[in-house]
Amino acid sequence: MGQFLQQLINGLSLGSIYALVALGYTMVYGIIKLINFAHGDVYMIGAYTAFFVTTYMGMSFLPALLVCMIVCGILGVLIERIAYRPLRNAPRITALITAIGVSYVIEYTTQFFMGTTTRTYPAMLPNTSWQLGPVRISYLQMVIFSVTIVLMILLTLVIQKTKIGRAMRAVSADEDAARLMGISVDNTISFTFLIGSALAGAAGMLVGLYYNAATPLMGMVPGLKAFVAAVFGGIGSIPGALVGGLFIGIAESMVVAYGSSLYRDAIVYAILIIVLIVRPTGLFGKNEREKV
Amino acid sequence: MDEILKVTGLSKNFGGLAAVSGINMNIMPGELIGLIGPNGAGKTTLFNLLTGVYEPSEGLIELNVEGQKKQIGGMKPYKITALGMARTFQNIRLFKSMTVLENVKLAMHKNAGYGVWSALLRNGKFYNAERWIEEKANEYLREVGLYRKRNEKATNLPYGEQRRLEIARALAVQPRILFLDEPAAGMNPQETDDLTKLIRHLRDKYKLTVILIEHDMSLVMNLCERIFVLNYGKLIASGTPDEIKNNEFVISAYLGEEM
Repeated sequence: MGQFLQQLINGLSLGSIYALVALGYTMVYGIIKLINFAHGDVYMIGAYTAFFVTTYMGMSFLPALLVCMIVCGILGVLIERIAYRPLRNAPRITALITAIGVSYVIEYTTQFFMGTTTRTYPAMLPNTSWQLGPVRISYLQMVIFSVTIVLMILLTLVIQKTKIGRAMRAVSADEDAARLMGISVDNTISFTFLIGSALAGAAGMLVGLYYNAATPLMGMVPGLKAFVAAVFGGIGSIPGALVGGLFIGIAESMVVAYGSSLYRDAIVYAILIIVLIVRPTGLFGKNEREKV
Repeated sequence: MDEILKVTGLSKNFGGLAAVSGINMNIMPGELIGLIGPNGAGKTTLFNLLTGVYEPSEGLIELNVEGQKKQIGGMKPYKITALGMARTFQNIRLFKSMTVLENVKLAMHKNAGYGVWSALLRNGKFYNAERWIEEKANEYLREVGLYRKRNEKATNLPYGEQRRLEIARALAVQPRILFLDEPAAGMNPQETDDLTKLIRHLRDKYKLTVILIEHDMSLVMNLCERIFVLNYGKLIASGTPDEIKNNEFVISAYLGEEM
């Protein structure tokens, strides 16, 4: 039982990070129906930005987190401007392939400048942990939970209570009608990329600290897993991304603990296959008929 | 007085098909204009040109903006909206999963007067602006009689109320010209009668110019001060309701002979 609870805690902290990344996938899909495969690489840039500002500029945790979110937010907006906006009216497959291209460009540009060596972080957070009955929670895990919860609450408030959130929901429901109600669709899409990428930036920094490592290709597999999390929760659904992220994180931890760590990636893809067979719309997804 | 909207030689071709061609219109501030014609005559296409959904193939659309003539043909729809044009849709296009109140608030986007940073920081400016939006939105909902249903999902409203919500949402854009695309479609005679009164009341209260497409001749003849008749994409007649009722071209093209 103690072992199970401990794995649950580990799974939840890993899952929080997946959830932050999955939100970006789901928001972008919700608004322009594009699977942004470069999203995992934005997260990698978050980890590198954190490495830079903490190692060379000596920033502490919170300012570094803020810088990561801003840098990645801007990167997301630039990606949309340069790569996706010219293809807004092109077939969806064109934008999808472009997203894969953007992903490679970011990965190998980073590798060109930073090399392939694994970068590690200076100690920023106290190395303490708390023993709660049979469970041990580290300081870093607490930080991951708190950051995730605060960001989720902020995101919900922005989407439900502000005019830009209303605009996002309107554009995602009916782009043309929104346009005729005085909403700039381009600006709304940029804002969606800004928010989604900023969340990925935060996740990148947190995961960098969790494993104490940043590499140029670190975004590929977690990016795919976060994508699976978004599909599991129902792509386009924000609560779905949260639940999906946590579920994937827990499933992965449990497999490592009770099965074999060899299967930690396999379980995620097995989940994807099962979801696509049993319930392709995901947990909270709407049953939307494809327009031909 | 100068016209508020002036259309000169406006045409739109889809491939080889001229959906509308050579339209000339002068519209004065405060007028109630009816646009009638058989199905497929190009009425909605003309609306789409005027509100920026389509780019004109030829011709000018000039809007009077504070005494200056401004050519708006081909401008982005949200910029045209910002200059004071708002519309409703023939096939209702509400944001179905939002509440009635949110639908109206959404249309006040450009007038909301706070930026992204205020929204993220949730400062005083943000709260003041949101309070103002809420008050205004409630006012528009009272005008169309939907205030008590403000927290219901738009999709749960009956058909006639969805039509009125579309009007409230268009009002929230704070337009000078209001375009209504078949506002009475699917309404019974009593509802049509109420709608006629509502449109006239809104025109007077908000000093609007109203241009509407409608097939219900009782509404058009009762409400509109001037009527334009379209057939096969061309303007075949314009004038007061009495002139239109007695125009032989219009009778043969649209209204039909008396038995």
